[in-house]
Amino acid sequence: MSVNFDLTVIWAFIIAFAVFAYVVMDGFDLGIGVLFPSFSPGVERDQAMNSIAPVWDGNETWLVLGGGGLFAAFPLAYAVVLPATYPLVIAMLLGLVFRGVAFEYRWRDPKHRPFWDWAFCAGSLIAAFAQGMTLGALLQGIEVSGREYAGSWFDWFTPYTLLCGIGVVAGYAMLGACWLVWKTEGKCQDHAYRLARWGTILTLGLMAVISLYNLILRPEYRERWLDTPALFFTSQVPLLTLIIAGFLFRALFKRKEATPFWLGIALFLLGMAGLGVTMWPDIVPGSIDIWEAAAPERSQVFMLIGVAITMPLILIYTGWAYWVFRGKVGHEGYH
Amino acid sequence: MFDNFDALVLARIQFAFTVSFHFIFPAFSIGLASFLAVLEGLWLKTGKSLYLDLFKYWLKIFAIAFAMGVVSGIVMSYQFGTNWSVYSDRAGPVIGPLMAYEVLTAFFLEAGFLGVMLFGMERVGRKLHFAATCMVAFGTFISAFWILSVNSWMQTPTGFEMGANGQFLPGASWWDIVFNPSFPYRLVHTVIAAYLTTAFVVGGVGAWHLLKDRTNAHARKMFSMAMWMAALVAPVQIFAGDMHGLNTMEHQPQKVMAMEGHYESHPDGAPLYIFGIPDDETRTLDYAIGIPKLSSLILKHSLDAPLAGLDTIPDDEQPPVAIVFWSFRIMVGIGFAMLGLGLWSLFARYRKRLYDWKPLHRAALVMAPSGFVAVIAGWVTTEVGRQPYVIYNLMRTSEAASPLDAPAVATSLLAFVIVYLTVFSAGAWYILHLMKDAPHAHEEGVKRGDDGPIRSAGFTPGPTQDPTGEGHGEAIADQPRHPQGDGE
Repeated sequence: MSVNFDLTVIWAFIIAFAVFAYVVMDGFDLGIGVLFPSFSPGVERDQAMNSIAPVWDGNETWLVLGGGGLFAAFPLAYAVVLPATYPLVIAMLLGLVFRGVAFEYRWRDPKHRPFWDWAFCAGSLIAAFAQGMTLGALLQGIEVSGREYAGSWFDWFTPYTLLCGIGVVAGYAMLGACWLVWKTEGKCQDHAYRLARWGTILTLGLMAVISLYNLILRPEYRERWLDTPALFFTSQVPLLTLIIAGFLFRALFKRKEATPFWLGIALFLLGMAGLGVTMWPDIVPGSIDIWEAAAPERSQVFMLIGVAITMPLILIYTGWAYWVFRGKVGHEGYH
Repeated sequence: MFDNFDALVLARIQFAFTVSFHFIFPAFSIGLASFLAVLEGLWLKTGKSLYLDLFKYWLKIFAIAFAMGVVSGIVMSYQFGTNWSVYSDRAGPVIGPLMAYEVLTAFFLEAGFLGVMLFGMERVGRKLHFAATCMVAFGTFISAFWILSVNSWMQTPTGFEMGANGQFLPGASWWDIVFNPSFPYRLVHTVIAAYLTTAFVVGGVGAWHLLKDRTNAHARKMFSMAMWMAALVAPVQIFAGDMHGLNTMEHQPQKVMAMEGHYESHPDGAPLYIFGIPDDETRTLDYAIGIPKLSSLILKHSLDAPLAGLDTIPDDEQPPVAIVFWSFRIMVGIGFAMLGLGLWSLFARYRKRLYDWKPLHRAALVMAPSGFVAVIAGWVTTEVGRQPYVIYNLMRTSEAASPLDAPAVATSLLAFVIVYLTVFSAGAWYILHLMKDAPHAHEEGVKRGDDGPIRSAGFTPGPTQDPTGEGHGEAIADQPRHPQGDGE
């Protein structure tokens, strides 16, 4: 039992890591999709697209790991959350289909490039928005009876979930803009700086509103954040967020190139920490905690071996793939 | 009650639709990735630019096929939860880890090295690039390994225990789960099918260009390579399929009864029905044309061996016969047609007419998409043949679905149909468009806009990293560029 306890916690952290890796990695390329129409057709759009073309597929693999990992490590949560957010998940998947193929199609078919550019943006926007709403639907609580979802059709559609949807879109847009600041130059980069500033302001504002909303959303959230002595630890999250936000604005105004992206990731890391404080130890808030949802020890051990062996390798060759494509996106005329 | 039934049927249609679409792409990309690795390897070994040209020609096609495979695959990884939540909850502890292994060992490998494979030749040098290509090819195989293990476990479940909460729990040994009885057969049969599918696409494209210009050296090479595959691998596949069938006979007898159209038992040797119209109402095979005792010979290796029919199986444990009966015949028919074309190509080689025998080229062209039809038919055979169970003999499909209402599933199904038909028709069109262009010397790689994909500051390929060999450096790095990207 004691071993099982540890493994379940380890698995909760592994899933959280996969979700975080997904959110920041696909986050920036979804964010570029969201911002895509604001770049002028031609050089700027090509640069933006080329900056993510070699890596988007790897980024999206983290989503499969998040889903597959949840299925494997917490099958009950997987079986409850996905039917509860059915329309959102389907919308997200279809959005990802559109944006994923747009990477290839827009180059193959210049005549219809405006259509595929539009599909790239709409697909990214829908996927990001649906992910945010899914997070909101999870946080506001899911009705469960026995081992099944027991709520109704539109439980996922509330002002709170809409707010979370907008929040995630804004956050991704911020990351995407910071990525482009790093990877592009010239006009495209100037535009990215502007977008990054606005994206950061919007993201911070929405983070604040959603965080405050959480305090009245469910009583246990309020306790987890505000009860002493927890408060001494939890209050570090918003404080650090403010400090990082300050550095981020400074980096953007000083026209630093790589720093804003890393600070943007730091903001997401803090958001993730806040999410952890809010939810822990539930995996479906109010209904199922991580131990109730956990797969048996044999499944956890078997997978943990796999993670221990493959994850370092994955991180190494993913890092290598990014390294190979380091530097600015090229374009004729800049040489 | 009626609503529940409806939602179930819709969920099944949705799964069948999305998985069939998805399966087309891996069936192509598993083979194509290996073909690309072979081409690049031959180029490195021989230094002949012809292989590099072919590599780049098929790489452009691979890029599109792979993207379609990725996006349709993400859908699959979530569809277990969205539409089959009861199944996911109950079987998750056993099959979830296998699917997690697929992500960890295959998807990341493919995705991590794909960018380098598509865009990185001038950045990492030849050998590392070849290694990346091999990694992608290897990743496609590992992916097939895990997902077919999952599927095989659903067909022939072993190595599990039943939990008090109704979950299937892993037993003492994961080996028994991963290497369940039907897995080795299914793996071999499916991976060979993917290779044959690719070979016939490559052969069909080669044939098309030979019909237009029989002197095209590139078309000759790809046609010849594809026909070797057909001649050598099609017979192996027929043998592997037979072994797989015998394995199914042992573990899932009613599936074989449906495949054979054996409603009735045959105590003195069963006929092999070539044709017939299965009628599930009257439980007869109408207008049957069969070869006496041949089925017993194939399945039992004896002319007079008794063979039980579906009359020995309770009604509510039988798969729908007509679908399985026909899909099986389509698959087998195509398998033998592939063998026929392979033998014809050997004869043509012997007569030294491989490159100018038009009827052969036309036949190869007609058979270009045959592999896709065969793999889908084979998939239908094995999946519909497993019904009415989702986990064979243990859990019924009707018990597995999510608690969703019919209109919700109907809406998502409609959305999938519209989006898939739009997106994948466009993709197929672009692929056909690429295939229409004749392969030629100094073939361009995967291009992105007016410039190469990405340039790192101050990076210039040194002479040793010149990716294309002497005299061909311009093929990748400095190809004259059209102002509007590819321009086609």
